Amino acid sequence: MTPSGAEFVRQIKGQIAEVDPAQVHDVLWNEDVVLVDVRESDEVAAGKLPGAVHVPRGFLESRIDGAVGDRSKRVVLYCASGNRSALAARTLTEDLGYERVESMTGGYTLWKDRGYEVDVPRTLTAEQRERYSRHILINEVGLEGQIKLIDAKVLLIGAGALGSPNALYLAAAGVGTIGIVDDDVVDLSNLQRQVVHGTATIGVPKVESAATRINDLNPDVTVVQHKGRLDADSVLELFRAYDVIVDGTDNFPTRYLINDAAVRLNKPVVSAAILGFEAQLSVFDTSQDGPCYRCLFPVPPPAELAPSCGANGVLGVLPGTAGLLQATEVIKLIIGVGDSLRGRLLMYDALAAEFNEVKVRKDPECPVCSRDRASISDEEMGVFPDYEAFCAAAG
Amino acid sequence: MATIRIPPVLRPSVGGERQVNADGSTVREVLDGLSTAHEELKTQLYGADGELNRFVNVYLNDEDVRVLQGLDTAVGESDTLQILPAMAGGR
Repeated sequence: MTPSGAEFVRQIKGQIAEVDPAQVHDVLWNEDVVLVDVRESDEVAAGKLPGAVHVPRGFLESRIDGAVGDRSKRVVLYCASGNRSALAARTLTEDLGYERVESMTGGYTLWKDRGYEVDVPRTLTAEQRERYSRHILINEVGLEGQIKLIDAKVLLIGAGALGSPNALYLAAAGVGTIGIVDDDVVDLSNLQRQVVHGTATIGVPKVESAATRINDLNPDVTVVQHKGRLDADSVLELFRAYDVIVDGTDNFPTRYLINDAAVRLNKPVVSAAILGFEAQLSVFDTSQDGPCYRCLFPVPPPAELAPSCGANGVLGVLPGTAGLLQATEVIKLIIGVGDSLRGRLLMYDALAAEFNEVKVRKDPECPVCSRDRASISDEEMGVFPDYEAFCAAAG
Repeated sequence: MATIRIPPVLRPSVGGERQVNADGSTVREVLDGLSTAHEELKTQLYGADGELNRFVNVYLNDEDVRVLQGLDTAVGESDTLQILPAMAGGR
């Protein structure tokens, strides 16, 4: 006479090795033991043992080799209560030749009742799933990429022409924390290009004006307002709190200061500059062995060859184009996809409607990034040969 | 003749052109040809020592001539030289 289902499971349990959760807890994170969760995906979504790999019982035979290649390795299986894992243990032992397989008694339920630690996988709220649905649908972003964006901290230096499109699109993309450094207030003449601000915020500090607009666009974003100029005394402390630095500043001393602090901390800088109808763009990322800004431009041009936009004018749409190329690079860095502009300088000529690019080589004698980071002093940061004369000439 | 791309800040020195042509078989000859025709360019490109100013990068196609043979780098008829000073505008 054939046994009942319950009787069959009892028989199987007599034939396989079982292990108590206490003993499993002792070998958590032990490299010689593989924990395999054989439950269904919706059960795992509510939490699993730390470090466990997920192989649903329905896919056991086809996927176990990918999870545990070595058949002599110790394998501990668990499910919700210890039944499915017992059946899976028999399959692994008898049909697939695994030598040291055990099933955890009481399963995830008993593990949790004992108060042992569990990993609850990150998920999005229903509202976040809706808001970011077009991201989640792209393979290169997906749920995992969206969570990286939500966890990311990006610092915008300048809430002006380049900072504006970065602020808007990074906020829309769901970057969780956006810091903004700016000491200026919104002026009517800014609005031709600084689209994060508005007529209603003329006279308001730019950091505050930008924060209001960002939170209207996406209330999930934490905006950190750093009202003031970037200075050598506080730059390291400030940069430490962020993952990516976005340089959209209008003067060379600040560009060198940003570079030197970022090199010291090995933080990536997504850099853009604009003038008239032209933009330059690159990613300086010494953490990935890329060149830094000083490898490209060891010294700034004299003041007569380095006009600022304020004095010379800029086509309003141009920083929009350049800033969005910047924001794109920021997002790629955060989610870790594609080829960045590291080691390349992209030039956009709006009048010719042309993109060109040149290689940016790491300078083996770079005054900053070729050196041991600890040897770069606070006093040197942002300084370059003829710095004082430059700043005096620039007024 | 090699093509030379002129950055915005230097355009006033070459009559407003974005792109000009100049003869020469090396980077130095091409740039000399250009700065003979446009005197102002000379001090913008070269320092007192006769070397390229450090704030100006010159690229042969997409490669910095400093990692090639500098001013002695050979230039072909169909090559493009890009003159590139740093820009800092962002506001």
